[in-house]
Amino acid sequence: MQDLSGEISLARIDASIVVIRLSGDWIRGAKIKPVERVLADLADARPFSRLCLHASDLGKWDSRLPTYLLKILDDCQINEIEVDVSALPAGVQGLLKLARAVPERADVRRTAQPTPVLAKIGKAVLNGLADAKGLISFIGEILLAGCAMMRGRARFRTGDLFLCIQEAGPGALAIVTLISLLVGLILAFVGAVQLAMFGAQIFIADLVGLGTVREMGALMTAVIMSGRTGAAYAAQLGTMNVNSEIDALKTMGISPMEFLVLPRMLALILMLPLLCLYADLMGIIGGATVTVSAFDVSLIQYINESRKAVHLTDFGIGLFKSLVFAVLIATAGCMRGMQCGRSASAVGDAATAAVVNSIVYIVVADSVITLICNRLGI
Amino acid sequence: MITPHITVTDLTMAYGDFLIQRDLNFTIDRGDVFIIMGGSGCGKSTLLRHLIGLQRPARGDVFYKQQSFWHADEKERVKMMRRIGVLYQSGALFSSLTLAENMALPLGEFTDFSRGEIADIASYKLALVGLAGFEDYYPSEISGGMQKRAGLARAMALDPEILFFDEPSAGLDPVSARLLDDLIISLRDTLGTTIVVVTHELASIFAIGNNSVFLDSESKTMLATGSPKKLLAESTDYKIIQFLTRGEGHA
Repeated sequence: MQDLSGEISLARIDASIVVIRLSGDWIRGAKIKPVERVLADLADARPFSRLCLHASDLGKWDSRLPTYLLKILDDCQINEIEVDVSALPAGVQGLLKLARAVPERADVRRTAQPTPVLAKIGKAVLNGLADAKGLISFIGEILLAGCAMMRGRARFRTGDLFLCIQEAGPGALAIVTLISLLVGLILAFVGAVQLAMFGAQIFIADLVGLGTVREMGALMTAVIMSGRTGAAYAAQLGTMNVNSEIDALKTMGISPMEFLVLPRMLALILMLPLLCLYADLMGIIGGATVTVSAFDVSLIQYINESRKAVHLTDFGIGLFKSLVFAVLIATAGCMRGMQCGRSASAVGDAATAAVVNSIVYIVVADSVITLICNRLGI
Repeated sequence: MITPHITVTDLTMAYGDFLIQRDLNFTIDRGDVFIIMGGSGCGKSTLLRHLIGLQRPARGDVFYKQQSFWHADEKERVKMMRRIGVLYQSGALFSSLTLAENMALPLGEFTDFSRGEIADIASYKLALVGLAGFEDYYPSEISGGMQKRAGLARAMALDPEILFFDEPSAGLDPVSARLLDDLIISLRDTLGTTIVVVTHELASIFAIGNNSVFLDSESKTMLATGSPKKLLAESTDYKIIQFLTRGEGHA
């Protein structure tokens, strides 16, 4: 295959006219003189008042030719040089005319300007404030919806509530089982290495029992559910927003807070403490498996030690935590979904933001509750 | 003189500091097929969102039969919203519900019909839009045109006094678009419903519209209001003539 090339040459005819001759193939892959050099040549040839474009030997051409010529035409326009395109092929003339038919509107072009640091900080603060405002108004709306429900006047379908419960509760059992068992197992191993040095393997039961019931059970289920259910809520509500379903509800006079958000929040608030209890049990079983099989403690001993170490208060603290986490996850998920923009990428962003937010909320809330319990001595 | 069904006074719409349209004044009479037209991005759909209560105007008000819409309290406004039906561009059917359940939702919430009666009404409305037998289909199982017609059936579920259409023919083939236009006209003729349509389909505009408002994106306000045919015949505004003749006319 021979090398393709497009030729361009400049010639001066008289004092006021310059001619550009185009020949060869002006297509993708062809060797063509860079347009900047032609513009420089044109600048050298000035002053002249008229530029004629000829293309008698032009071969094949594609978008490269009009793009190239537009640069020259723009340059000529700036320098007030008249351009004669009548000798170009009709197709090229048509495209050039089309490209210049709608002149660029003033102020429409965006130029990427580097944002100063101060402006960035200012924008971040403003965004943060807007976010906080959104959160507060969302909490207000959800409280109002909750009040309406208390008075028995909230509009949502009981079927939806049960569907959400099914999703958030039994649907998550498998993964909660797996994760809690493994976390119990890990806790037992971590503790065993230290305790076995003193021959105090039996205290693995204390460590696993208290660690799971007070802390890990609630925390791990919450993290799982924020990834599983929180993200799903954000994505569901976000998609409904994109599809105008939420608008449709509003214009029907049905509050989307009551109809969509309330059943989801309720389902999670009802299910997360139950899942947490289940995770506690699984964690203890995981710990027991390791201790009994590898560290010379009998199952009866392990169970007795666990019963001595773990009190009802500990369960209470774990359940209270999971209740708080449920509210946080559902709030983050539903809020991000309801505030979602109207594009496909916005739904993804909403789901991501829901998970990130709820995990941050969970860990912060956990620290605060643990601190308070520590101070109160419970 | 009869009072207009909808009156818009000094309506100014903006997203934050970004002005969309200002100083809109027009009236829509009972039984009108009113067209909101204008080039792409001039704020037609935004105007619709202001009329149906989804977005609060920056200034001005909308009156339904002399009753202020945006200065009414929340409860009053929700009550007024129940008298209107909206067909969204995408149909906006609830994707987790079947077509019959979609119809039944507003009926179950706002009427005291029994379950059986609601099912009958849902079937009847679906039959009106040519979807008899599709009661138990989910929105994702039917075509775009059918979704749009189902959306119309849902919008009509509560026998609204005013029906709003957001780009009804977008995404429909010419024949379906024509059928939808015919449906709109027959709704107006048989039920006396006032109809407001956002569209830039010239064929529809002339076929169904008897009143209209023309929004311009450059001057950010309305250029004219009145019957589209009259606008074409009498307007001297270059932009309106260009729009109504697909750019072939000369003012």
